[in-house]
Amino acid sequence: MHGRPRKAPKPEDEAASTAKAQKLRALQSQFFSFHHDKIYTKEAVELSAKLLEINPESYTAWNYRKLAVEHYLSQPECNPDSVKSVLDDELRVVESALRQNFKSYGAWHHRKWVLSKGHSSINHELRLLDKFQKADSRNFHAWNYRRFVAHLMNRSEHDELKYTEDMIYTNFSNYSAWHNRSVLLSALLEKKAEGFLLKENVLPEEYEFIHQAIFTDPDDQSGWFYNLWLLDQTVTTDSPLLVSTWPTHGSDVLILRDGCQNGSSFSPFTTLHSESGSFPIVLYFNQPVEGVNSSTVTIECGFNKNGYLLWEPLSVSNSQAAQVWVAHLKFPTSELDSSVEVSVGHSKGIISTRGFQYCHPSSFSFNVHVQPVEKDSFQVSVAESILWREENFKVYSAQSEESIPIATFDQLCIKDGHDSTASNWRTEALAKEVECFRELLSLMDCKIGKLTLARLLTAYDAMSFPFANKLVHSEEVLKLYNDLMKLDPTHHRYYKDEHSLVVLQKMTSSKESLLQHCFQYKDSVSSVIANPICLRLNNLSLSRIGAFEKLLWVQMLDLSHNELQSIEGLEAMQLLSCLGLGHNKLRSITALEPLRKLKSLRVLDISYNQIGDHSIDTTRYLCSSPLSHSVGSELNTDETVISDAALVNYWEAFYMFKDLKLNQLDIVGNTIADEKFKSALVKIMPTLKRLDDELLN
Amino acid sequence: MDDIPPYPPIDPTTFDLIVIGTGLPESIIAAAASTASKSVLHLDPNPFYGSHFSSLPLADLPSFLSSHSTSPSPPGSASSDEHHDFSLLDLSTRPLYSSIDISSFSPDLLDQYSRKFNLDVAGPRVFFCADKSIELILNTGANQYMEFKSIDATFVGDNKGNLLNVPDSRAAIFKDKSLGLMEKNLLMRFFKLVQGHFAGEQDVKISDEDLQSPFVDFLNKMGLPPKIKSFILYAIAMEDYDQEDTGVCGDLLKTKDGINQLALYNASIGRFQNASGALLYPIYGQGELSQAFCRRAAVKGCTYVLRMPVTALLVDKDTGCYKGVRLTSGQDIFSQKLILDPTFKVTLPSGSSPSPPLQAKFPFFSPKDDRGKIVRGICITKASLKPDMSNFLVVYPPRSMFPEQVTSIRLLQIASNLAVCPPGMFVLYISALCNDDDQGKKLIHAVMNTLLTVPPPINSESNASAQSETTESGKPTLLWSALYSQELTLGQVDFICSTPMPDGKLNYDDLIDATVKLFKEIYPEDEFFPQTSSENHEHDGDGDGDGDVSLET
Repeated sequence: MHGRPRKAPKPEDEAASTAKAQKLRALQSQFFSFHHDKIYTKEAVELSAKLLEINPESYTAWNYRKLAVEHYLSQPECNPDSVKSVLDDELRVVESALRQNFKSYGAWHHRKWVLSKGHSSINHELRLLDKFQKADSRNFHAWNYRRFVAHLMNRSEHDELKYTEDMIYTNFSNYSAWHNRSVLLSALLEKKAEGFLLKENVLPEEYEFIHQAIFTDPDDQSGWFYNLWLLDQTVTTDSPLLVSTWPTHGSDVLILRDGCQNGSSFSPFTTLHSESGSFPIVLYFNQPVEGVNSSTVTIECGFNKNGYLLWEPLSVSNSQAAQVWVAHLKFPTSELDSSVEVSVGHSKGIISTRGFQYCHPSSFSFNVHVQPVEKDSFQVSVAESILWREENFKVYSAQSEESIPIATFDQLCIKDGHDSTASNWRTEALAKEVECFRELLSLMDCKIGKLTLARLLTAYDAMSFPFANKLVHSEEVLKLYNDLMKLDPTHHRYYKDEHSLVVLQKMTSSKESLLQHCFQYKDSVSSVIANPICLRLNNLSLSRIGAFEKLLWVQMLDLSHNELQSIEGLEAMQLLSCLGLGHNKLRSITALEPLRKLKSLRVLDISYNQIGDHSIDTTRYLCSSPLSHSVGSELNTDETVISDAALVNYWEAFYMFKDLKLNQLDIVGNTIADEKFKSALVKIMPTLKRLDDELLN
Repeated sequence: MDDIPPYPPIDPTTFDLIVIGTGLPESIIAAAASTASKSVLHLDPNPFYGSHFSSLPLADLPSFLSSHSTSPSPPGSASSDEHHDFSLLDLSTRPLYSSIDISSFSPDLLDQYSRKFNLDVAGPRVFFCADKSIELILNTGANQYMEFKSIDATFVGDNKGNLLNVPDSRAAIFKDKSLGLMEKNLLMRFFKLVQGHFAGEQDVKISDEDLQSPFVDFLNKMGLPPKIKSFILYAIAMEDYDQEDTGVCGDLLKTKDGINQLALYNASIGRFQNASGALLYPIYGQGELSQAFCRRAAVKGCTYVLRMPVTALLVDKDTGCYKGVRLTSGQDIFSQKLILDPTFKVTLPSGSSPSPPLQAKFPFFSPKDDRGKIVRGICITKASLKPDMSNFLVVYPPRSMFPEQVTSIRLLQIASNLAVCPPGMFVLYISALCNDDDQGKKLIHAVMNTLLTVPPPINSESNASAQSETTESGKPTLLWSALYSQELTLGQVDFICSTPMPDGKLNYDDLIDATVKLFKEIYPEDEFFPQTSSENHEHDGDGDGDGDVSLET
C-alpha cells in the first residue's frame, strides 16, 4: 500500500505472529510430505490452499497446485464441467491469497497460468482488477496483470487508454498509470491505429496533458518521468543515423609507414602513422546499432579488390550492438594514391537496438596517400619520450584553407533528404516546451524544472545545429547546470557530468573554438606520432568526456588536470596514440577499460590519479573480469602468465594492459604504483620502454 | 378547533429538563442531556420532527411557513385558571418568516407527487466531510440513523449563466480546463502552503503578522489572481460578505480563520472512501439530522410527545423563577430546566409590566438581536442546471450578479437520487443574507432569472400543460418556487434558554458551537456526549469500518 505509515509491532502482534508461524510450520511439513509423495487427493489440495491463504509467498505450494491441476486434467474421468470447477477453485485460491498480500508474485503468476489454460471470464478478471486498483492504484502487479488480461481478451488500446486516463484523473501521482499510458501509446503509434498515425499529431496533446500535472504539482515526480518519456519520443528518430566518420568525406589522408617523417604539405590533421599496414575506418552512429558488416557497408577502392572488411563493434560490454564501428583497411606496401568510397546502408541489415532499420543510405569518399618506406630514415631512439610539459606546446596556427576534419552530419551525402521536413515538428515541439518550462521557472525555483529546461535546450541545439551551425543556448545550459550543482548537492556529480558534456559540445561546435585548443607538440623528435597536433582539453574541470563524433581525428589528447572519474566512450577515438590523463580522479584500473580498444595507443599518462586509494572499486562490477563468462576463454590462453603469483594480485592491470602496446606509461602518484606493481606492469607489457620517466631495458 | 384530539396524560409529571421544539439544537440538547442521565421530556407542537430544520412535503411547506409568519393571537387568556403557587405566563410564537411568495406553474404535476418531496425549510445546507456536525454524528452514533451521498461538484456562477468549476483539490486543479498553467501552479502552491503550515513544516510557516491580517490581503500578497481569490474566499472558505469592500463587511475574515476554513475543506476531501468531494448531503433531506438526534435521545430514555403545544410557563409567584409548563391538554409538567425553540415568546399579562426582578430574569424578552435576515428560495425543475450532473453547489460571489450585490448567493441543486423529489425532478435551494426582504429577494430573483425560464403565471382556466422541460434557451423551466425571508436570531441563556435559529451558513458548525455552549450553561457539571467507545460502534455491520458515515455510491 502506498502512503500508509508503518507502525511498530505491538507485543500482542508478536505473539500472534509466533502463533501463526507455528501453525504455518505444521501445515508446511504436512504439505511437503504430500508434495513429495505426489499425493493429489482433495484433502491434500485443500491443505495447500490453506497454506497459501496464510502464506501466499510459498512458491512450492503454487507449483504443487499446478501439478495437481495437470494431474487432474490427465485423468480419464474429467469432463469440461469438472475442469471448469477445478480451475475456478484455482482462481478462488489466488484471489484469497491476493487478499492476504496482493504483491505476491507467485499468486499473480499462478493466475496467469490458470488463464493461459483458456479459462475464466475475462470480465471477471477486469472487475477483480478494478477492485485491486482502487485499493492501491499504483500497484504495478495489478497493472502488469491488467496488460496481460487486456492482451488476452483483445481489449482495445483505446479502452485501456481511457481507463488509464481515468486513473490519472483520480490521482496523477501514479507512475504505473503514466507508464501504462506510454506503453499503450507506443503500441497505438506502432500499429498506426486511427488517430495515432503520426507522432507529431499525438505528442503535442500529450505534452499539453502532462503540463497540467507538472504545473499543478512540480514536486511530484511521476509527471516528470512521463515528460522525460515524451521528450525522448520527440528527440529520438526511430531509424538510426550515421553522424560522423573517419576519414571524413572529401578528405586527403596521408599515411606514413614506420619511422617516416612528414615532409609533405599534407595537413597534420589528416596525417597518420601506421605500423601495421592498415588504417581504421570509423563509423559513428547516433545510437547503438547491429548488423554492420561487409554487406551492409560496402567499400570501393583500388587496392582492396574483394571489398571485404571486418567490422568490429566498439563496445566495452562485448555486445553485438555499438554506436561506433571500426574496420581496418589494409593498404599495399608500395606508394599509393587512391580514392576510397564507403557506402553505408544501401542494403538492409543495420538495425537499431530498438528494432528500427537504418534507412538513410549514405556514402562518403576520401583519398589515401601512402608514402613509400624510406629505410634509411628508420631510426627509433629509445630515449625519445613525450613530455606533457607546457613549454612543449605551441599554439597552432592553421593555414587558412586547411580543413579540420570536424565531420558533421551535413558532410555526409545523404541520398534521402525527407528527414528535414519531418524534423520540423520536433524542433517546434521542443521550442514550445522550452517556452513552457521557462514560464514555470519564472514562477518558482524548481530543480527538476531547471534540469528539464537544460535537457530541452541541449536537445534543441543539437537538433537545430546542422542548420544554425552553432549552439545557441549553451551558455544558458551551463548556467542552469551551475545553479543545479549549488541547489542540489546530492546529485552534484551528475550535473557536473552534464556540464562537462555541454562544455565539450560547445568547444567542438565550430572550427574556431576547436582550433583554440589545438597545439603543436614542438618537441617532435618522436617517431611515435606523425601528427604533432595535440588537442589540449586540460584544466577545464571536466568530469566526463563526450563529443567524440567530432574528435575521431585526434591522435594526441591532453586531458590532464581535470576531474575525470571515467573515460567512458573514449574507445571511439581509434587514432589516439598519445593520451594524457594525469591529475584526474580516476579511481581504479578498471576505469581505464575503454583503452583496451585503442590499438594505436603508445603513450599513456595516468599519473597523479586516485588509483588504489579506495578499497572498493565501484567500476569493477561493470568491467569484464575472470569471474564473468565473457572473458574467461581469453584469459585461459595466458595461463602461464596468470599463474605468476605477482600477477594474480593485479588481474585488473593484467587484463587492461596485456593487449596494449604501450611504449611509455606514467603511473606515478597513484597509491597502487609501488615497486611490486611496477614490476608486474613490466611483465605484462614487454613493449614498454619507459615507465615513470625511467628507461627500461 | 373543536376537533382537538384527546391528549394522553404524560406520566411522570416531573423532569430534569423540558425541551420544546424538535429543531436541530433542541434535538442535540435532548440527546446530550439524556446521555448525561437527565430525565428529558421533548415536546413539539408539530406532528413532525425538526421544526425549522425539517424537510417537508410540498403541500405542507407553505402552511408551515405561513403559520410562522404572523403572530397568532394568544390562545385565550390563561389567567382564568390561576394556580395559587404559580403565575402563568402565556407562550406564543414570534413570526419568523416574512414576504412568503409561493408560485406554482404546474399544479397538476406537483399535486400528484406532493408527498414525494422532502423540502428543507432551512436550505441550502450541506455537510463538510470533516466538519463538527459529522464529528458529532459519528461520536454520538447518530450515523446509524442516516445515510449520505457526496455532492458532485462546486461551481462559481456569473450573471450570464456560466458555471465555472471550482478547483478545490489537487486532482481538480489537474483536471480543470479553465485555469491556465500559471494559475494552476499558483493555486496548488497556495494549498500546499496552507497544508504545510498546518503540518508544522518549519520553512512554510505563515507568519503571525500574516495570520492576523485580513485573508484577502494575504491572498493578494501571495499573488493570486482575482478569479482564484474569489474561488478561495467564496467557494471554499464560503464567506458571505464582500471581502474587498470594508464598508460592507465590518469584520473582514482573518487569515487565521480563512486558512482554517481551507484546512477543513481539505480535510473533507477524501475523508470517506466513497465521497468524491468535500461535501455531503443526507438522503431524505436535512430534516433527517434532527430526527436522528431525537432517535438517539429516545434510545437514552427521553420521552417524546409530538402534536403537543405548550400554552404557558409556570413561574414562581414570589421569586419569578421558572417551575414548569402548562400543556394544551391542561396538564402541568414540572422541570428544573427548560429549553425553548427561539420562535416562542413569553407574553406578559396584559396591562402589567414585568416587575424589576422579573425583567432581570427575562433578558430574553427585550427584542435586542436584529442580525439581519436571510432570504431563502426553493425551486423545482424537471431538468438539471448542468446536464449529466445531479447534485452540486453553485456560489455567486459578491458583485458577480450586479454591482450592488454585497453578499454571496449560494445555490444547491439536489436530485431525486437523494430522495428529496420524484424521479426526474430537481430541487434548487438558494439563499442570500440581506438587510431587508426586498434586497434579498432581488438577489434570489437575479439567480433564478439567470438560470431558469420562469413561465408567466398560470391562468386558472387554461391548463398550461405541454410545457417543455427546458426552453429554447436551454434553461430549465421553473415548475414551482417558494421565496421567504427568515429572521436571524441568536439563542438566549437564562433559566429558560432558547436555542439558536437556522443561521445563514452552509453547514451546521456555528449552530453546533452555540448548542454546546448552551448545554454547558445549563449543565456545567456534565460532559457533552462523553466518549464511550463501546456503544458508538455497536452497529456497523456493512463493513464501512469504524467511525464511518454510511455513504451511498
